[in-house]
Amino acid sequence: MTIATALVYLLAAVLFILGLLYLSSPKGARRGNWVAAMGMVLAVGWTVVILHNSFTPAGIAISAAGVVVGSLIGTLAARTVKMTAMPQMVAIFNGVGGGAASLVALSELLNLAGSHLEFQSSVPSVFALIIGGISFAGSGIAFAKLQELMTGTPLTFPGQHIVNGLLALVILALAGVLLGVTGSVVVLIVLLALALVLGVAFVLPIGGADMPVVISLLNACTGLAVAASGFALDNFALIVAGALVGASGTLLSKLMSDAMGRSLTNVLFGAFGQVQIGTSESNRADNRTARAGSADDIGMLLAYARYVIIVPGYGLAVAQAQHVLRELVDLLEKRGVEVEYAIHPVAGRMPGHMNVLLAEAHVPYEQLKEMDEINDEFKRADVALVVGANDVVNPAARNSPGSDIYGMPILNADQARNVVFLKRSMRPGFAGIDNDLFYDSRTIMLFGDARESLTKLVAAVKAA
Amino acid sequence: MNEQLVVLFTYFVLAIFIGFEVISKVPTILHTPLMSGSNAIHGIILIGALLIAAHAQTPVEIVLGFVAVVLATINVVGGFVVTDRMLEMFKGRQSGEKGGKKQ
Repeated sequence: MTIATALVYLLAAVLFILGLLYLSSPKGARRGNWVAAMGMVLAVGWTVVILHNSFTPAGIAISAAGVVVGSLIGTLAARTVKMTAMPQMVAIFNGVGGGAASLVALSELLNLAGSHLEFQSSVPSVFALIIGGISFAGSGIAFAKLQELMTGTPLTFPGQHIVNGLLALVILALAGVLLGVTGSVVVLIVLLALALVLGVAFVLPIGGADMPVVISLLNACTGLAVAASGFALDNFALIVAGALVGASGTLLSKLMSDAMGRSLTNVLFGAFGQVQIGTSESNRADNRTARAGSADDIGMLLAYARYVIIVPGYGLAVAQAQHVLRELVDLLEKRGVEVEYAIHPVAGRMPGHMNVLLAEAHVPYEQLKEMDEINDEFKRADVALVVGANDVVNPAARNSPGSDIYGMPILNADQARNVVFLKRSMRPGFAGIDNDLFYDSRTIMLFGDARESLTKLVAAVKAA
Repeated sequence: MNEQLVVLFTYFVLAIFIGFEVISKVPTILHTPLMSGSNAIHGIILIGALLIAAHAQTPVEIVLGFVAVVLATINVVGGFVVTDRMLEMFKGRQSGEKGGKKQ
């Protein structure tokens, strides 16, 4: 590595660190993203400069074509994705990164194959091959779950952890064979295939609601695979950037599971979120009925309230109802009703997802209250209007030690004088757990698509 | 092992610590953009992809190199663009066009 290259890569590394730093504060976040992107342009651009004499004719063609095709796909996907589908988009982008790391390692190993593998470059390459493969396949499953191409409930079978553990052991053993005994191409391909299977098997038993934590963890995995590639290719930029992402991704996964009041191990291995209607906890009475109300009644209730707290959830987002909600709130405020939004840390499908969606509808930032800020206010609220949310207001998290979500911090919507749920059906939420609050005497349900329901409420409030 | 490897390993370990340190105080609302942003950063594997693509000669190398470059570029470009789109949503919210909240 020449001095110039070392300095350019160092500058890129500094830009990545500054970028991450800015990204962790609300003020500088957008600038942080740009700073990191500058670092990327610098590092990649310089690499092309130092490579320019060593390109083969085919090499220059595929590099140029690859960058053009990749940029087009990436830009198009990122520009057109709906805000609600953001989590699965991140999963895909993470997966392709893992795939790239895996392919780079594969190519390196194929070059070395046959000959005696030299440890210094082959060990990190094998690591990158495996981890990159796991990240690629795992992200694919995470995408499928979030996109609802497959069921979001955990797919489990008895002895699953043992099977997965054995699979991991076989992979380790094969890696040992590859490095120590034979550099055979067949072993190499089998190893990659098994890594893909492990990626799938690792994510299948994890419920859709926990996907953000998984994506963040796979993000960290890709980072480590990239760092390993850096060792194999003797490249400082890959090592530092990969390590940064590996560390921050791991910490972020932990912060996210903390926000749900659970440990990371519980998220990954707890097979959380199987529908458990009919568990013995609490006074389960399957003949309990929820009270369904009309839009007119509820509109009246809202119009004459003094203080309304809105609890938005993912159902609001899928119905693209954030704009109608804003309209309803404006109308209420005109009548002198005080309105605030209570944002649960994991509302939506990712931490912070709901803030993004409401910001898209131009809801003033000051009206968005975080959980700790607003939880004591529910007592004085006339109405808690829960739009497309469920688990984040489920009192079982507070009261039923047997419940899967027990211990998760929740919004105290049950302390409001009236609770209104706008919901498509009585189906339990994403985490698959029934909610006692539906059956409370202060609760009114308004069934239907969130946008249609809100439109009816707007009309009802206008008429009131 | 040689000195060079030890040096690289030193960078690696130090970068791990920095990675933990820089995001230890991130507020919940920024978890998603931060994940997405750091996701874009590991797209630096594009450098690795270019290194192998540059020397591609056999058909296998050409295919692997091309696919690796495409995937890595999607990671980089898509990652940064999507993060910017998320963060764009937050802009101007300080102005709070309605203003006049109670108290």
